[in-house]
Amino acid sequence: MRFMLLFSRQGKLRLQKWYTATAERDKKKMVRELMQVVLARKPKMCSFLEWRDLKIVYKRYASLYFCCAVEEQDNELITLEVIHRFVELLDKYFGSVCELDIIFNFEKAYFILDEFLMGGEIQDTSKKSVLKAIEQADLLQEVRKLPHNMLCF
Amino acid sequence: MALKIVKGSIDRMFDKNLQDLVRGIRNHKEDEAKYISTCIDEIKQELKQDNIAVKANAVCKLTYLQMLGYDVSWAAFNIVEVMSSSKFTYKRIGYLAASQCFHESTDVIMLTTNQIRKDLSSPNQYDTGVALTGLSCFVTPDLARDLANDIMTLMSHTKPYIRKKAVLIMYKVFLKYPESLRPAFPRLKEKLEDPDPGVQSAAVNVICELARRNPKNYLSLAPLFFKLMTSSTNNWVLIKIIKLFGALTPLEPRLCHSTSQMSFLFFLSPWLSPSSLSTSNSTSAMSLLYECVNTVILCVQKLRILIEDSDQNLKYLGLLAMSKILKTHPKSVQSHKDLILQCLDDKDESIRLRALDLLYGMVSKKNLMEIVKKLMLHVDKAEGTTYRDELLTKIIDICSQSNYQYITNFEWYISILVELTRLEGTRHGHLIASQMLDVAIRVKAIREFAVAQMATLLDNAHLLTGNTQRNGICEVLYAAAWICGEFSEHLENPMQTLEAMLRPKVATLPGHIQAVYVQNAAKLFATVLRSQEGNTDRTAAQETSQLMIDRLPLFVQSANLEVQERASCILQLVKYIQKLQQKDVEVAEEVNALFAGELNPVAPKAQKKVPVPEGLDLDAWINEPPSESESEDEKPRTMFTREETKHSRPRHTEVDEKELAKRREVRKQEQASNPFYIKSSPSSQKVYQEAPGVDHIPVVQIDLSVPLKVPGLPMSDQYVKLEEERRQKDRADKKKKEKKKRKEKGGRRGKRDSGPESEEDITPAHMVDIVTEEIPLADSEKLPVRSHRSSEALKTMAEEVEVVAPQEAKKKGGKEKKEKKKDKEKDRKVSNGLVNSPSVCYSLRLSHIHQTISDAPTCSLASPPPFRQVCDIQGNLQDGSQVVVSLIFENKCDSFLKAMEFNVLDSLNSRLQRPDGAGPHDGLTVPFQLPPGVSNEARFVFTVKSIVMPQKLKGTLAFIVKNEDSSTHEKLDFKLHFTCTSYLITTPCYSDAFAKLLESGDLKASSVKLEGVVMPFPHLLARICFHHHFSVVERIDSCASMYSRSIQGHHVCLLVKTVSITVSIDAKCDEPSLLSNVLDEIKLTFSQC
Repeated sequence: MRFMLLFSRQGKLRLQKWYTATAERDKKKMVRELMQVVLARKPKMCSFLEWRDLKIVYKRYASLYFCCAVEEQDNELITLEVIHRFVELLDKYFGSVCELDIIFNFEKAYFILDEFLMGGEIQDTSKKSVLKAIEQADLLQEVRKLPHNMLCF
Repeated sequence: MALKIVKGSIDRMFDKNLQDLVRGIRNHKEDEAKYISTCIDEIKQELKQDNIAVKANAVCKLTYLQMLGYDVSWAAFNIVEVMSSSKFTYKRIGYLAASQCFHESTDVIMLTTNQIRKDLSSPNQYDTGVALTGLSCFVTPDLARDLANDIMTLMSHTKPYIRKKAVLIMYKVFLKYPESLRPAFPRLKEKLEDPDPGVQSAAVNVICELARRNPKNYLSLAPLFFKLMTSSTNNWVLIKIIKLFGALTPLEPRLCHSTSQMSFLFFLSPWLSPSSLSTSNSTSAMSLLYECVNTVILCVQKLRILIEDSDQNLKYLGLLAMSKILKTHPKSVQSHKDLILQCLDDKDESIRLRALDLLYGMVSKKNLMEIVKKLMLHVDKAEGTTYRDELLTKIIDICSQSNYQYITNFEWYISILVELTRLEGTRHGHLIASQMLDVAIRVKAIREFAVAQMATLLDNAHLLTGNTQRNGICEVLYAAAWICGEFSEHLENPMQTLEAMLRPKVATLPGHIQAVYVQNAAKLFATVLRSQEGNTDRTAAQETSQLMIDRLPLFVQSANLEVQERASCILQLVKYIQKLQQKDVEVAEEVNALFAGELNPVAPKAQKKVPVPEGLDLDAWINEPPSESESEDEKPRTMFTREETKHSRPRHTEVDEKELAKRREVRKQEQASNPFYIKSSPSSQKVYQEAPGVDHIPVVQIDLSVPLKVPGLPMSDQYVKLEEERRQKDRADKKKKEKKKRKEKGGRRGKRDSGPESEEDITPAHMVDIVTEEIPLADSEKLPVRSHRSSEALKTMAEEVEVVAPQEAKKKGGKEKKEKKKDKEKDRKVSNGLVNSPSVCYSLRLSHIHQTISDAPTCSLASPPPFRQVCDIQGNLQDGSQVVVSLIFENKCDSFLKAMEFNVLDSLNSRLQRPDGAGPHDGLTVPFQLPPGVSNEARFVFTVKSIVMPQKLKGTLAFIVKNEDSSTHEKLDFKLHFTCTSYLITTPCYSDAFAKLLESGDLKASSVKLEGVVMPFPHLLARICFHHHFSVVERIDSCASMYSRSIQGHHVCLLVKTVSITVSIDAKCDEPSLLSNVLDEIKLTFSQC
């Protein structure tokens, strides 16, 4: 996978993850172009696009578009499945996730994505083990955070 | 201190956290940019504080802003600070920020190496995990090189959580630092059988991705993967494995069977019935199914299921896979035409486009008209010009594919083209135009019809051009005007067409079209004159001339030069004609003679049609093939550049006569030995003259069974109907005949079923003029490629030579030497074209030339003629104990040299590598012979044990000198000098790594002083870099640090200082004797200058 984007119906970027080094300017250009193309498509259309030399696989969940760019030889359906799995993970973690969850806890969303995918490849296919890893890392964070918070108050 | 912390925390209460920032941005929708710039100012303040919590919070906010598209690269160093925090909370944020913001050119990445290494070995698995995740996003070749070992260790970590991450990141490391693959691979392979399924799937992932790049190396893993495939229940893994097998099958046919077997098993087994899916949902099963389809391309029936599915995604993929199958099994796909045509009605453009792609491969003579009719309907319905244009090009592609193979009735095709011109706003006017021209020229029988159609088009030109100038469809008029002019004898009413072409409105058309109008108006004029001069009434002819004289001045004023030129030329001509007409002279014949004869298109391969004269064997060599013939694609280029430079560069005019004569001679020889060079001798021209002219080429004349005159603009549908009728008639005729036959011959089985799928019984109504056809060559017709050359190797070499060339140019001054260099390049190219030559593999890998001792006394030979030898000694990067010596042999005498044998007296330290089975004192045969004046290169590999000392090897070269009358054995002695420098490889080094190296204390020091060096400091450095393969690490004023590495991995560091004419070099190296030798050699270099 080359990159993954999350953006809203209004064309606001919510999350971006690039698995190959890309210059900042190119990133912006690609994101803008891609958002235009994807947002122009009607709901009944299929989830695949050929764009530049990449295959774009996207899916809309509520007001959010999840959009992945994969290479020519990659399997479109499995990419769709990856998107779905990611959404399931977010859902489990936040408890029926909504766009606001991702906006306000965007770093958490990144952590989940990083636990699920690494370098563009699926890291673990088991939902359980991904969530477990996230929870334990969070726990670690909370424990260490606590004294600090107490100091604040 | 405590107070400070407390103060920091109190400050923090007033800081914005991420949530506040997000909320703030949402509340400042109108002046977002302004709000964010104040936020960035705040963040900058926060970053200045010592409190790490405040910093982390600031970095977290920055990461969010980065996503919104703001530049945060200025905070890179702060991100590193947060990354190195000991607290997981902050570390996590730091790594997240780094993974989002850093890329290969971020310079602070270099600072992170040690921090990452520390985190990788942290006892806390989440520290390690976070570091691995971050690293996967911003790993650079340097990081990959430095951390490869640490990550490799982590692959055997006790925690599966770390193992799987380490395995995955290894893929990224391999990409950035390919050398790490070899040592890591055994461990990676081990992970395929890891007890943890996560680690296992990660390993499968990585190996599959690697195998996709180079499947050959992974064939040996096939049995292991087969085991995994049969035992695994994880669909994600299965897909990867099937993909891997898909890549492997072309290499190993035996796999094909098992893969297809497996894939069919998947088809039949639970995966098709969603009820038995326990672990995964049905989409995943479908994706597996799709993968199988990709691998086993015989499952069209299954694809039908996908295409008929209501899910748009599956439909799309079904079509996509179908088009893949179409390439190999067109027949099996053709039976699903109905389904594909249905898809054309789909709402989704992506699906429609896929279906169009498929249609291209599905047409036959039988169904072409039907399919195109359907497409034409779509053209009318289509919304949006892009899709309509796509349809238009597809229609033309479909019809014109393989030389109109499927068109049986060209009138129908012309009508389709004419109908297409009615499309508004299409960009493809030129496409339609070129088709019209092509068909009208190549299908003689259609001309009359085409001309009639084109005349109508010209008459109604206003409909086409409309108001907009940019309308691409007016290109069609270009074709229309040309066809009407060129084939004007078929025009029913040429006068009317002539008038149409001279309307004032024409002046609004693009220039190139006007030009064609003017030119063809002249042709029409000629035709009209002829018809009118037959009449008794002369006034009609004079009126026509007057019409021309009245209308042409409009074009003479055109801004387009082409139009202007043609118009003024023709205007004068007509004026002259008019003068003659007034004297009652008959001019029609003469005017017609201007345009007499037919314009025939000539196909690029037309020369093949010219018969080869008797007694000329094109395959026979004219001369004895020289051992080093040139590469043919290189040839013309060098010839042109040589000619060009002669004009443009005054330097070349200085070349003296002798040199020129020599070059001329060389060139002649080259041309003579190049079979692709057409000689300018008169004999070759004769061949062409004697060859039969175009008239002798047989042209098939076709009887038409279809009435040609259809009044007005035809509707293509008529032809569909006609065609059907005709076929029915044919069929009826045939049946009649068959009945007759059957009656005559009783019970004989003559049932040739004229079913709908047999193509033979569709007789075309028109045929394409075969003469001008560009028939793609069949395999048997292809030009024989000389098999001893690998064109690929040549290409690679050509690239390499280009890289090397500037280096060499620097080395050798003087024109003569340059000339020699050219020869040398050529030689190298040829010698490397030989596939079996063992040196090829080395030379392809090496890009450095490590020593060139051109004309150096050490290796030029003892006796002056007949030989000169030049040698390069190159270290082999791949193997620390190998040195490749490239020798260029140049024959300077007038005799032929052959049976050369190269031998070197081995020392304890260095040995010439000889083929297996050869004795230790046997010589190596040089794989070529040398005609007089020719040079060629041979490579020899030496194995060297110790590289710390320079050494000289004695050798002999035995050969036979062959004169016209006698041949003698000769022997030459020579010495090969292996300097220590030749074992060094230019290796770049960063200053921090360099500093670390010096601090490590493993290196021994030594120094040398050079007196009387009069050259600028940069030149001095360049000289050391060039001759001794060093690279400059850092340079400050007249002081520089330099680095190089030996083929066995010794580090050599130099500190070069210069004070007026004294240069002092302080050097450090882990091998003192190597160092002192290198220094001696440096000293020698400078003493020679």
